[in-house]
Amino acid sequence: MSQQALEEFLAESEELLEKLNQDLAVLGEGVDSGLENPDLVNGIFRDAHSFKGLAGMFGFNDIADLAHHLENLLDNLRLGKIDLTNSLVDCLFDSLEGLAGLVRGKAENPDFTQDISSYLARIEHLLNGPPVEQEDPLSELNIASSLLDVLTEYEEHRLQTNLKQGHNILLLKVAFSLMTFDTELAALTEAVKQNGEVISTLPGSDNDNPEMLAFQILCGTEDSPETLGERLTIAEMCIDIVASAQGAVPLAMPAAASVEADAQPVPATAPTPGPETSAAIAIAATKETPAQDGVTARSLTSTVRVDIGKLDYLMTIVGELALAKGAIAQLCTDMQAQGVARARDLEKAIHALDRRLNELQNGVMDVRMVPVRQLFDKMNRIVRRMAQELGKKIKLDIRGGDTELDKLIVEDLTDPLMHIIRNALDHGIETPDRRAALSKPEVGTITLCASQRGNHVVIEVGDDGKGIDPEILRLKGVEAGLIAEEANPGRQELFSLLFHPGFSTKEEVSEFSGRGVGMDVVKNNISALSGLIELESEVGKGTLMSLTLPITLAIIKALVVRIKGTDYALPLNSVLETLMLEPGMVQTIEGREVMELRKQTLSLLHIDKLFQLQGDESQSGQFVVVAGFADKRMGIVVDELRGQQDVVIKSLGKSLSFVKGIAGAADLGNQKTILVLDVGGLISETLQLEGAVGV
Amino acid sequence: MKKILVAEDSSTMRSLIVATLEAMDDFDLFEAANGFEALRILPREKVDLLITDINMPDINGLELLSFVRTNPLYEETPVIIVSTEGSVRDREKGLKLGANAYLVKPFKPEELQQMVAGLLN
Repeated sequence: MSQQALEEFLAESEELLEKLNQDLAVLGEGVDSGLENPDLVNGIFRDAHSFKGLAGMFGFNDIADLAHHLENLLDNLRLGKIDLTNSLVDCLFDSLEGLAGLVRGKAENPDFTQDISSYLARIEHLLNGPPVEQEDPLSELNIASSLLDVLTEYEEHRLQTNLKQGHNILLLKVAFSLMTFDTELAALTEAVKQNGEVISTLPGSDNDNPEMLAFQILCGTEDSPETLGERLTIAEMCIDIVASAQGAVPLAMPAAASVEADAQPVPATAPTPGPETSAAIAIAATKETPAQDGVTARSLTSTVRVDIGKLDYLMTIVGELALAKGAIAQLCTDMQAQGVARARDLEKAIHALDRRLNELQNGVMDVRMVPVRQLFDKMNRIVRRMAQELGKKIKLDIRGGDTELDKLIVEDLTDPLMHIIRNALDHGIETPDRRAALSKPEVGTITLCASQRGNHVVIEVGDDGKGIDPEILRLKGVEAGLIAEEANPGRQELFSLLFHPGFSTKEEVSEFSGRGVGMDVVKNNISALSGLIELESEVGKGTLMSLTLPITLAIIKALVVRIKGTDYALPLNSVLETLMLEPGMVQTIEGREVMELRKQTLSLLHIDKLFQLQGDESQSGQFVVVAGFADKRMGIVVDELRGQQDVVIKSLGKSLSFVKGIAGAADLGNQKTILVLDVGGLISETLQLEGAVGV
Repeated sequence: MKKILVAEDSSTMRSLIVATLEAMDDFDLFEAANGFEALRILPREKVDLLITDINMPDINGLELLSFVRTNPLYEETPVIIVSTEGSVRDREKGLKLGANAYLVKPFKPEELQQMVAGLLN
């Protein structure tokens, strides 16, 4: 198989897996709430079916086999032959995981395979469950055979289900122009779905008018034909009742139950009434349907899949364009200083270029953005499975799923977020018995909430579990030699112990505190994304973990500063203000330098001391850059403020990833590379060093 | 040049069918991602062959087939229905409605090519 074919397969599989995952999560919620969503089940069935076809075409027999079994199971579910239960949803989730594992394996090596017999056996077991009662024949209904003949088995089942639920079965007849039928029909279908279920849509030709297409729409609804007709407000539509809540309307029954909503005759463009329309009503609504809010069936096919590498390349080019523009602007300034005649015109042209460049940059940025919902939906499955394994009852409350983040950041967030949620589930939330004894609701809640704040996105993971006792952390910290026995650290400092690599993760700690298991890894992951992790907890009430992340890492505006003769870039989105240092402003408290800023104490950080820089002392420490991240503040002492610039941040590579306080390197355009400071990392380092002072 | 309309909601499956047909002969190929698109193309292009998946949302393959068979303009147009192994009843309904042939997914490219060659000649 060619590499290109394999990539196509992988891309499509990934899309299908993601969609299946989301839909299964919704399906799972339906088990508890008892809500039925036939469109959802049918959609999942079709996706499993597509998966099977896809794998078969590429010769991946193991995937095709598993997908085939899944499809069978879903087919039985959508046809009502088996019931929707928790164990069924679990089996679907697990099988999906099996499929994902196979796909991942093939990505590495197309010959990869693994044993799927346990999945197949589980599906077979469910398929062989007690059969659900047989359905009544539909032939007794008042439906023309021309319509019954085109119903798929699934549609027949939906018809039966609607009858069992006591819904009226109505047949809508309507004609639309060839030019506009798709939008009009999509709008009508959508409107019918608001009031019931569309079972089947049969297109037909209008023999009198070749410019029109006729449609018969079979639907199940609680509405009477009159009510539905009024709701739909579509001119020239004819609604027949095929079966009523009181029982099927037999063929050739006199039109006793029928209503003439309007004396207006059925227009010529409407389909010719057939023999089954004896109980028909004609509804001529007063309003013409507008081309409704862009509802169209076409939207699904308008997306393009792009390799993120290509977007990275575009972003780099945009960054380099910005640098080139900077160089031209510099030339222009020089020319103005020299009194060159047309320098002013050039300046105007540069401004115009700048605006367009900004638009281009925003456009490319926008393409990289994906909603965090993708990430949150993955968590749904983990919560579900872990809750079952641990015998806990947990509700996952997701908010702000539409918040957008750079695709690369979203990818790198998966593991840390998973870790945090596992911890919350395992150690945070109590068992149902324990919760009952504490008079808490039996079902624990984990909230997952994303929101945008300026140039950052904050993701919060909260639980209403037992919380973390700082006093126990203090004891453990002293025991581990991380804090002095006589020290009096603040809450935040104690919580930050949890992120310390050497902090004990032994059972007795997790029994009380619960956390600490690999949290240093989580912190490192978040720092690598120039993010900040914070924790707040209250004993007995729960814990809240906040991740503050930049929206993107690709291109940023930076403040260039000079410290001891070397230039550094500070991301502008974390710079709050800059101040000139006057003699006497700096005070020393407990050996740490601080200053007062608007009645608040601000910790000062000397980068030169932190990085052990030597050099020019003449201009030392003239300015303070007040940097903020989340709700933390810090003053960075610098020698000189050099100006603002757009920079494209490049990673320093894995071998230098241990260096604290540096987010990466950037090219300034004049063949000069400078280091970009990691403000979030510096703040949390300072925090850990200084404890509760000044933040 | 013969015109063929492929109606299939799975984009990969659709492009595979199209690629199989392209490898066979110079056809004028039309693609529809759902029943709506197929209905848009049918009156505009007098196609020589329709290949349709049965299980599509909104307007399914059987409904599309019935539309073709009840319209004098297309009633002679050959139709291949594509279905899965499990959906025997749907397939039988399709044949009863007048499909000329059926294809079970997953199929071999030669299978489709032979079928198309047989129906177009």
